[in-house]
Amino acid sequence: MSAASTFVVAHLVTTGLGPVYDGVSHLLVSPEDAIAVIALALLAGLNGPAAARTGIFAATTGWLVGGIGGFWSGAAPAHATAAAASFLALGALVAVDRRLPPPVVGVLAASVAVWHGWLNGASIAASGVDALALAGIVAAAFVVMTLTAAFASAQRDGWTRIAVRVAGSWVAAIGLLMLGWSLRRPPL
Amino acid sequence: MNNRHRGLERMALTACLLLAAAVPAAAHGQPGQAAGFLSGVRHPISGIDHVLAMIAVGVWGAQLRAPAIWLLPVTFPLVMACGGFLALIGMPLPGTEIGIALSALLLGLAIVAEARPPLAAASVVVGAFALFHGHAHGTELSDGQSALTYSIGFVVATGCLHAVGIALGLVDRWPVGRTALRFAGAGIMAAGAAFCWNAL
Repeated sequence: MSAASTFVVAHLVTTGLGPVYDGVSHLLVSPEDAIAVIALALLAGLNGPAAARTGIFAATTGWLVGGIGGFWSGAAPAHATAAAASFLALGALVAVDRRLPPPVVGVLAASVAVWHGWLNGASIAASGVDALALAGIVAAAFVVMTLTAAFASAQRDGWTRIAVRVAGSWVAAIGLLMLGWSLRRPPL
Repeated sequence: MNNRHRGLERMALTACLLLAAAVPAAAHGQPGQAAGFLSGVRHPISGIDHVLAMIAVGVWGAQLRAPAIWLLPVTFPLVMACGGFLALIGMPLPGTEIGIALSALLLGLAIVAEARPPLAAASVVVGAFALFHGHAHGTELSDGQSALTYSIGFVVATGCLHAVGIALGLVDRWPVGRTALRFAGAGIMAAGAAFCWNAL
């Protein structure tokens, strides 16, 4: 991550209510993080309650650990590419609806969360905001992921489960376009 | 009543305290986010060729029933994004305009004929057309707009157009509805023929 570091563009919202709420609002208004959390939750939820529980706690822990690492390191890889890669992988897994064992969901959730948390931590360090903002981001991620995973795990069959898979295909499509933007070249 | 009044007073007091504690919002530097999203949403619905093809995919999926009704709309955005990806990395795709025009013509024909090819063949046909649409439309971002929110808007608008097509296609269950869909397919086919004429 340090080797691939680039200039960090910090964009924490200043709510006036302190760093924790700045962190909460950051997740809710930042599609590059919010969509990743939702896609993680959909994937965890589609794989059943056990995988959902594993995914939620692995993601939350990973986000916190990655955030602390990023805060201390201050170096961050390109955010757009990271977001694109996670959207593509998670969206494709949701769209195909292949059953994954809970440990695999946990490892996947932790990996994506460490990546995004690292970027958040580095952004917080670069913008000089109190590190408590990370607590707000992690708390918001936990709440959003729990609610979304609970909804997804309740969809056993029928239209709503298909709708979840369609949402996954949209996330993958957004990820693929984002990857294209990050590799953009002029036409030949 | 007293409890209700007390509740309202507390809410008003809390609101006043929050307002008093407010500081000017600063340094939320995400320029172009909303503009990018709106531009992405507007793009698919601003071109009649794109609109007709998206709706036709939904209608044809509804005619084919499950699992095509959801598989085709899942296939289209994904392959469309592949087309956008190819355009963004600078890979040319010859005959884009003709491909887009043919998509309306042939999808309209499929609706008129109530064609029922194997699922894989239907997915390949839809996917091939999606590649052209993505290559032509997925990359037109104005300066200063967010690429992420543009992509979100573009994919969401495309998906919503499919949903409109599926909703229209659900009338396929009734004889009158089936006839109406075939007339609609003929209209899409005629428009596709006009697009082909212009493209050639």
